[in-house]
Amino acid sequence: MIERETSLEFDVLVAGAGPAGIAAACTAAESGAKVGVADANPNPGGQIWRMKAAERGEAPHRSDAASRWRVRLKASGATVLSGAEIVANPEPGVLVAETPGGGIALRYKKLVIATGARERFVPFPGWTLPNVMGAGGLQALVKSGLEIDGARVVIAGSGPLLLAVAAYLRHCGARIEAICEQASAKKVHAFARKLALYPAKFWQAASLRTSLFGVRYLYSSWPVAAGGAEKVEWVDISEGGGIRRIDCDYLACGFDLVPNTELAQALGCRLADGFVEVDESMQTSVEGVYCAGEPLGIGGLETALIEGQIAGFAAAGKSARAAALLRDRTKARDFAELLNETFALRDELRRMPADSTLVCRCEDVTFGRLRAQTNWRSAKLQTRCGMGPCQGRVCGPAVEFLFGWQPDSVRPPIFPARIDTLIGSASEEIPAHLTV
Amino acid sequence: MSGGESISIAIDGTRRRVSLGTSVAAAILAAGVSKFRRSVTGEPRGPLCGMGVCFECRVTIDGNAHARSCMVLCSDGMDVRTDD
Repeated sequence: MIERETSLEFDVLVAGAGPAGIAAACTAAESGAKVGVADANPNPGGQIWRMKAAERGEAPHRSDAASRWRVRLKASGATVLSGAEIVANPEPGVLVAETPGGGIALRYKKLVIATGARERFVPFPGWTLPNVMGAGGLQALVKSGLEIDGARVVIAGSGPLLLAVAAYLRHCGARIEAICEQASAKKVHAFARKLALYPAKFWQAASLRTSLFGVRYLYSSWPVAAGGAEKVEWVDISEGGGIRRIDCDYLACGFDLVPNTELAQALGCRLADGFVEVDESMQTSVEGVYCAGEPLGIGGLETALIEGQIAGFAAAGKSARAAALLRDRTKARDFAELLNETFALRDELRRMPADSTLVCRCEDVTFGRLRAQTNWRSAKLQTRCGMGPCQGRVCGPAVEFLFGWQPDSVRPPIFPARIDTLIGSASEEIPAHLTV
Repeated sequence: MSGGESISIAIDGTRRRVSLGTSVAAAILAAGVSKFRRSVTGEPRGPLCGMGVCFECRVTIDGNAHARSCMVLCSDGMDVRTDD
């Protein structure tokens, strides 16, 4: 157990406890800074290192990277605030987070934004049926206790995440009926040949291949419709010019990832092409505000760990140690670029929704109604698209892909919050119920 | 649900035992419920993102409406209401 800090004033505050945030917190705290980490989830680890329900509460013991970093985080002395969702930035140097027991005010000298990414969904007829989920979403639910043994699962979308999810679900007893990758065989094979340049990645891919032996993997394929009475029962997959119907209990979809840049935008950090801009110390256009991992460009685990360490060192004033990691960063980013080129979404996917398909699930706005609009602003005003509780986090990236509209600026609150959290009653001390 | 300490929660009035560390969303699905809520036009909806972003898994937990069930872990004696 680390010593309990009750003050919420930090030299370095880290927003997000995924790999980038954990790495930043470790390097900053090990450099002598007083560090706090705020994360909305019940446990640190983010999406990729989400623990299985049965593992919680146990002392970390496995020899994998996730456990090693968790042990290091614990030993670093950083204060970890789990279950704390950052909802507002009332003044420079202060963020307000909502917790199950009320609001807390987090004061910082330096901030590291490590808010990760979410899945992009491309709407198609039937995608709003229960049990049609995100690929990472289904994996997260299984890790949080959902029994998947014997269930038939179709996984569709794009990118290596589909394979990782398939391998995990299969390991948990699911029957993977098919993995439907929208990228072409030609592109994926060209990528596979280049993997030889990255030995660690090659072995990772080879081990995934082994654990997915016998699973149907379809190239140039994507869902065109899903159906079922109460929940999804089947999906029609477009493949090679034909349609193939596959029965399933779950349909897990993920069309690549989109960065969570809302906090960075609310703080005024400059973005380029949807990603946060940083200098070589991972500092954004706002002095004292750093950023690492997916908000800088979808780069995966290794990139996040390297950038998190750089940001943590830099925020704690250890610029030489930060600079020493820049070569690793370049190599990791080159690999990420290769991935992003390989799995770029094809134009045909823009024809996945029918006019009657819902695009905005909060306000039930159809593709047909959106087609009559010319930009985000008019879509919001005329149809309420993006005005519901998810604040456009789901429909925004879909609309951006389907229509090319750039979303509006982020407006407060950054995340839906209770009114008492926002009217200034935020506690300056750590409430007793928070996991520290 | 396997391993670990088990606790008791009520889902729509029916008592269920779940392992400690289980999210409310996983417990609801395990109870055979796939319709967590109805959309503004009355469509059945269940979890989509599994990570607190989409708000599709909203249920009432111990009287608190609109709680994201994927972000809350079950606790002993919890009362969960779907489709409220």
